[in-house]
Amino acid sequence: MAKLPGRKTCIDLLSRMCLIRRFEEEAGRQYQRAKAGGFLHLAIGEEATIVGTTSVMRDDDYLIGTYRTHGHAIARGTPADSVMAELFGKVDGTSGGRGGSMHIFDGERRFMGGYGIVGGNLPLAAGLALASQYREEDTVTVCMFGDGATNTGNFGETMNLAALWSLPIVFLVENNLYGMGTSIERHSAVTDLSKKAEGYGISGERIDGMDVLAVRERVSAHLDIARNERRPTLVEAFTYRYRGHSAADPEIYRDKKEVEEWQQKDPIETFIRACDGVLDGKDVERIRDEADQTVKKAVEFADQSPEPPLETLYDELYVVGETIGWYAVDERSPEPHRGEYGEDAPDVAKELAESGAEHIEPDDEQSRPGVRN
Amino acid sequence: MREALRDALAEEMERNEDVFLMGEDVGVFQGAFKVSEGLLERFGERRVRDTPISENTIVGAGVGAAMAGLRPVVELMTVNFSLLALDQIVNHAAAIPYMFNGNVRVPMVIRMPGGGGHQLGPTHSHSFEALYLQIPGLLVACPTTPADGKALLKAAIRDDNPVIFIEHESLYGLKGEVPAGDRIQKFGEAAIRREGSDVTIVGILKMAHVAAKAAEELSEKHGIEAEVIDPRTLRPLDLDTILESVKKTNRAVIVEEGWPHGGVGANLSTLITEQAFDYLDAPVQRVTGADVHMPYSRRMEQAAMPHEENVIEAVLAATEGSR
Repeated sequence: MAKLPGRKTCIDLLSRMCLIRRFEEEAGRQYQRAKAGGFLHLAIGEEATIVGTTSVMRDDDYLIGTYRTHGHAIARGTPADSVMAELFGKVDGTSGGRGGSMHIFDGERRFMGGYGIVGGNLPLAAGLALASQYREEDTVTVCMFGDGATNTGNFGETMNLAALWSLPIVFLVENNLYGMGTSIERHSAVTDLSKKAEGYGISGERIDGMDVLAVRERVSAHLDIARNERRPTLVEAFTYRYRGHSAADPEIYRDKKEVEEWQQKDPIETFIRACDGVLDGKDVERIRDEADQTVKKAVEFADQSPEPPLETLYDELYVVGETIGWYAVDERSPEPHRGEYGEDAPDVAKELAESGAEHIEPDDEQSRPGVRN
Repeated sequence: MREALRDALAEEMERNEDVFLMGEDVGVFQGAFKVSEGLLERFGERRVRDTPISENTIVGAGVGAAMAGLRPVVELMTVNFSLLALDQIVNHAAAIPYMFNGNVRVPMVIRMPGGGGHQLGPTHSHSFEALYLQIPGLLVACPTTPADGKALLKAAIRDDNPVIFIEHESLYGLKGEVPAGDRIQKFGEAAIRREGSDVTIVGILKMAHVAAKAAEELSEKHGIEAEVIDPRTLRPLDLDTILESVKKTNRAVIVEEGWPHGGVGANLSTLITEQAFDYLDAPVQRVTGADVHMPYSRRMEQAAMPHEENVIEAVLAATEGSR
């Protein structure tokens, strides 16, 4: 059992985990209401892995993630307001409404983005770490990705390059046991992912991703290796997502009992129990209230934030400067297509939401078709 | 050409410590096409980095390094191999600046030699100008002369956008004068290689030279004066210069080595038709590579590539009735 930190740190850890939990629950609700569109991947259940990791990183370390990273940004300090606004596709979102749920970014806090292509962020992590090495800085990169990404070509390529060039990276697999709807036994020949990079010269360790204190202790040790020994390692955090792969996932591939078993190891409840004697019931209540308030405010903020103006459609695609004066064919056309509100767009979002809505309220057992009991 | 490109790399690396080169065999081997010859010795392993054969990760590592503020030049051994890196080029390098609302930039150059004519067969002879020019977020350069090669590469390295820099393997040995000094060729400025009043010929990469030779023969043997335009960059594209020429000549022929369907010529032909239809006296003609995978046999390969006589034929078709 990892040692309990001081009261202040305990409050901070619990606050961040509670905020992420509340944020994700509310994001799910807002998705049902079609306020958030597209795909929505919730990290409920994975809070300890996220917060445990970010809480031992330095502010100038790089973090890069996947399409399930609302929590990672929030854990890094990105205001819940701007993350929610991004889900709403509003102008005050982290990416001005251009990225959406899968593409949150906060360069100021060195959260180098969420990425929609499975395994696509691995080479980028190598590049971020290469920049640290190139400039002889002692910053390190934490690259988080799912168990499914370990089957991509990028995994092999990047492990080899990182080991070959001694890049300061902690590769952190958030192993939630499913690559979308395919269980790890059915998608990976080697299911002990901590060993999966050994052949490339990268040693790994499996840790309990449901215990924030264990995550802190072990990730901290791996960050030290990256920072001081300047070499990559791999951490496999065993964790679990309570919700579907995305909000539009009826979850016909797993047993409800399995979800319930994992919920017994809930990272927030586990940590509250561990904090016995340091935090009391009132502290916990206050922390949960604060999270409620922050998320409520975030929804209001996102609601009130304006839609991105259509005349900005072409903005930020390029830096127009000394080398280029213009870029697009449209710009030179007499009647450029500037886009109108597509009537079907909100409907598609709604359809996706409705197909997943049956599961979005986990309490409602009647509306869970396909669950084997 | 290869010396001009090498000088551009060396000068930019001298000029800015953030610029570095990485790719397969760029260092110890001195570059598959010897463009980077001597650079390892001059700049050391930190700045001239041999990589494993991992195209997607090489490009992706370049994107990550660029996001962190460096200015990588990534060499892919050939255009064909860039297909292995297409995810990083399209979903990452090109998309990141826009999808993160300009909060981060990807200032990098991805160099790749390509083109046919060397009996390298179906997997080593591609022309993907059309593929890359289609992607918003990328700039696409296609240098045809040593002077442009150097000046465009220097511009590409200094630019804050991801640049696809396509080099034609047949042009590496091309000799030509390179003006001294720190010269930059802005993107989106076409060159008029030959003035003429009867027809506009647009040629890219090696086909710029084929077009120029065809123009000479058209003048000598047919009394047709062709205006030959080399766009130099396909994105941004200097459509104004092309349209101006077409408005003068009323006829256009586009020459490329790539495939016909959805090609550079198909695109340009549409733009000309959309924006200068009233000036056209004949349909826009396209001269392209054959719609097949490049065959190995010398005879068949040559048959699959455009030559002067194909350009002349197209020009005669475009000018039929006016002579």
